[in-house]
Amino acid sequence: MIGKDVLGILYTDAYNDCISELTALRTTGSVPFGGRYRFIDFPLSNMVNSGITKVGVITKNNYRSLMDHVGSGKSWDLSRKNSGLFILPPYNFGGGKYKGRLEALRNTMDFIQASNEEYVLLCDTNIICNMDFKKLIKYHEAKNSDITICYKEGKYPQLANLMRFSVDADGEIADMTVPPKAEEGEGIFGVNIIVMKKSLLERLVNQATAGDYDVFEKEVIMKNLDKLNIYGYKIDTYCSVIDSMQTYYDTNMDLLDPAVSAQVFDRNNPVYTKVHDDMPAIYGVDSKAKNCVLADGCKIEGEVENSVLFRGVQVAKGAVVKNSVIMQSCYIGEDANLNCVIMDKNGVIRPRKSISGDSAYPIYIGKNISI
Amino acid sequence: MARKTECLAMLLAGGQGSRLGILTKNVAKPAVPYGGKYRIIDFPLSNCINSGIDTVGVLTQYQPLELNDYIGNGQAWDLDRANGGVHILSPYQQIQGTDWYRGTANAIYQNINFIDRYNPEYVAVLSGDHIYKMDYAEMLDFHKKKGAACTIAMLEVPWEEASRFGLMFVDDDGKITAFEEKPKNPKSNKASMGVYMFTWSKLREYLIADEAKEGSSNDFGKDVIPAMHNAGEVMVAFPFDGYWKDVGTIDSLWEANLDLLNPVANIDLSDKSWKIFSNNPVTPPQYVAPTAEIQNSLITGGSHVEGEVDYSVLFSNVTVEDGAEVKYSIVMPGAKIEKGAKVQYAMIAENAVIKSGAVVGEDPQAYDDRANWGVAVVGPNLTIGENAKVKAQTMVVEDVEGGAEV
Repeated sequence: MIGKDVLGILYTDAYNDCISELTALRTTGSVPFGGRYRFIDFPLSNMVNSGITKVGVITKNNYRSLMDHVGSGKSWDLSRKNSGLFILPPYNFGGGKYKGRLEALRNTMDFIQASNEEYVLLCDTNIICNMDFKKLIKYHEAKNSDITICYKEGKYPQLANLMRFSVDADGEIADMTVPPKAEEGEGIFGVNIIVMKKSLLERLVNQATAGDYDVFEKEVIMKNLDKLNIYGYKIDTYCSVIDSMQTYYDTNMDLLDPAVSAQVFDRNNPVYTKVHDDMPAIYGVDSKAKNCVLADGCKIEGEVENSVLFRGVQVAKGAVVKNSVIMQSCYIGEDANLNCVIMDKNGVIRPRKSISGDSAYPIYIGKNISI
Repeated sequence: MARKTECLAMLLAGGQGSRLGILTKNVAKPAVPYGGKYRIIDFPLSNCINSGIDTVGVLTQYQPLELNDYIGNGQAWDLDRANGGVHILSPYQQIQGTDWYRGTANAIYQNINFIDRYNPEYVAVLSGDHIYKMDYAEMLDFHKKKGAACTIAMLEVPWEEASRFGLMFVDDDGKITAFEEKPKNPKSNKASMGVYMFTWSKLREYLIADEAKEGSSNDFGKDVIPAMHNAGEVMVAFPFDGYWKDVGTIDSLWEANLDLLNPVANIDLSDKSWKIFSNNPVTPPQYVAPTAEIQNSLITGGSHVEGEVDYSVLFSNVTVEDGAEVKYSIVMPGAKIEKGAKVQYAMIAENAVIKSGAVVGEDPQAYDDRANWGVAVVGPNLTIGENAKVKAQTMVVEDVEGGAEV
């Protein structure tokens, strides 16, 4: 049974510098997304929907809001006596904070070794995708694979140490490169969702040299391409890797397409999140809402079009909000005008103020800012 | 041995709510959906936890399965506790005197042992039928200050409605001098809200006495309260000023839901200082399509709106297709209003489907016989066929075929 077999590990700090405005005060895993979620909700929900019952959440910096959001794991049914959710802050690590995946794993080795599961499923949190991990594990076992890496084909995400490779007819990975800096281009690339036997992970992490600049993708994966069976698992449903503010904006906007949202919010694999007990959304007299995704607690008196509104957003009479992502509890004053804006939590746009970006250059307004 | 608690609450949730017809055929009245994502019982439960009462007995009897499931371990209201918390209390078999709950007083009488475990000084007795926000701690302070044996929450109602209520006569000191039960010609407009605070030692005495009385109907209002009053116990009325709605009839349930859209009604569920908690459904955020036209409505997560929605309340996971119209109506979780269907002045229960071109309900202004106008109701899981018509004041309890008129 999968629950007893797979240990989930989430890297909640990976790639935080790609969306530095959003991660200035919060770790990647707790970046708000999609009206009522945070990034971590997606891989975490995928894990519990697949039957995984033990998840280690590796944290590094600014993880207070993440801890508050995830709590004891109750919303994902992970508040358990046996197994459940474990927050893993940096532990006694030689004075500094770890620099990458490899060091993070070394820091977490005691937790991993003390666990009893057979496999480990390693996941980044900047991936918006609804996936059935049971299928991934079955594939891994069917291929007799040592390491299975999920992949997509398309434009390369602008991320450092992206794994690029080719996949043969059987699914086996070859010709891997791991450029240290992001590069433009198209092709097959690894999405950081990786399965391998726990014992193998322990061995490989211990074997990898303990240098400062060592990169997991190079030391553990690429170096062992010829020695181990490394397979690729194709993700053919909607999957977006958040590598920039632009991608963050575009991915939120993608949710306005019912075909995309049906995949991301698959009713058979629901996305769980912290419960907030807001009242349902209210649309006032003379309000105009078209092509929007709205969360509970919103009060719409003005006009909202092509936008994603988080919990408790208030749009006053005469205000117009278009093509924007407005986070929790923002207040858009009377006759204000917003176009192509990403607005962080608790912001205020005073009456008659106007902020306009472009869909190819959305303007980011920070947390708690009043304009 | 349970830890001693100062005040616990007993919530009477056993009623059938027969006037709600098909809506309570398989579900107890306190579990009836309200306000988009709530159920009626969320109000007394949230009031309890917000007032600092963390030990609540919920007395169930009629069709309790959905209610019990909904309450679960009480976590949604912070009532999952090591000490106290929420407890579902059904009638149970005893060595002698096993019985269903014969009346509101008998229900509490049968649970004296439960209450004694916590050894409280005070017991709040609440009905599970009303929508209101109240701080029971304030009521308890009032009860203590007046040295009362029983405090009854009181609301001044409009004189035209007074005859529907149990009424009280209250002196300047707050003491209740007399009662009047649903009189034809009311001389008081001070109504009992069905919310009581008792000094437990006193209540316990009168419950035992009432149980032993031959011919008693074992009802609070008819038997226990008058007995306390006649014996000269100090009974006071706690004045309440705020929104309070009994949702025991189709019309009142419909009105109470639409009250959320009417600022004059003064019920604000977004008040963060007094949150109404509920067992939230897990849904994605709601989606409003480019073709949607929404005015003055309340819409809950998971819903998908492509059509017209005006002055209505949509619960979770409701679909309103392009070309469909929903006006002055309540649509409960999971219901689907298909292309070209029209729902007006109606209540559509959970998972019902209104097919293309069907018309449910009638506008009272276009209705000839005003006195016989009423809200149309479609029961849970039913289908109203294409182009069918459901007239005003009709309660649909089985599928309606395409083209039919009921």
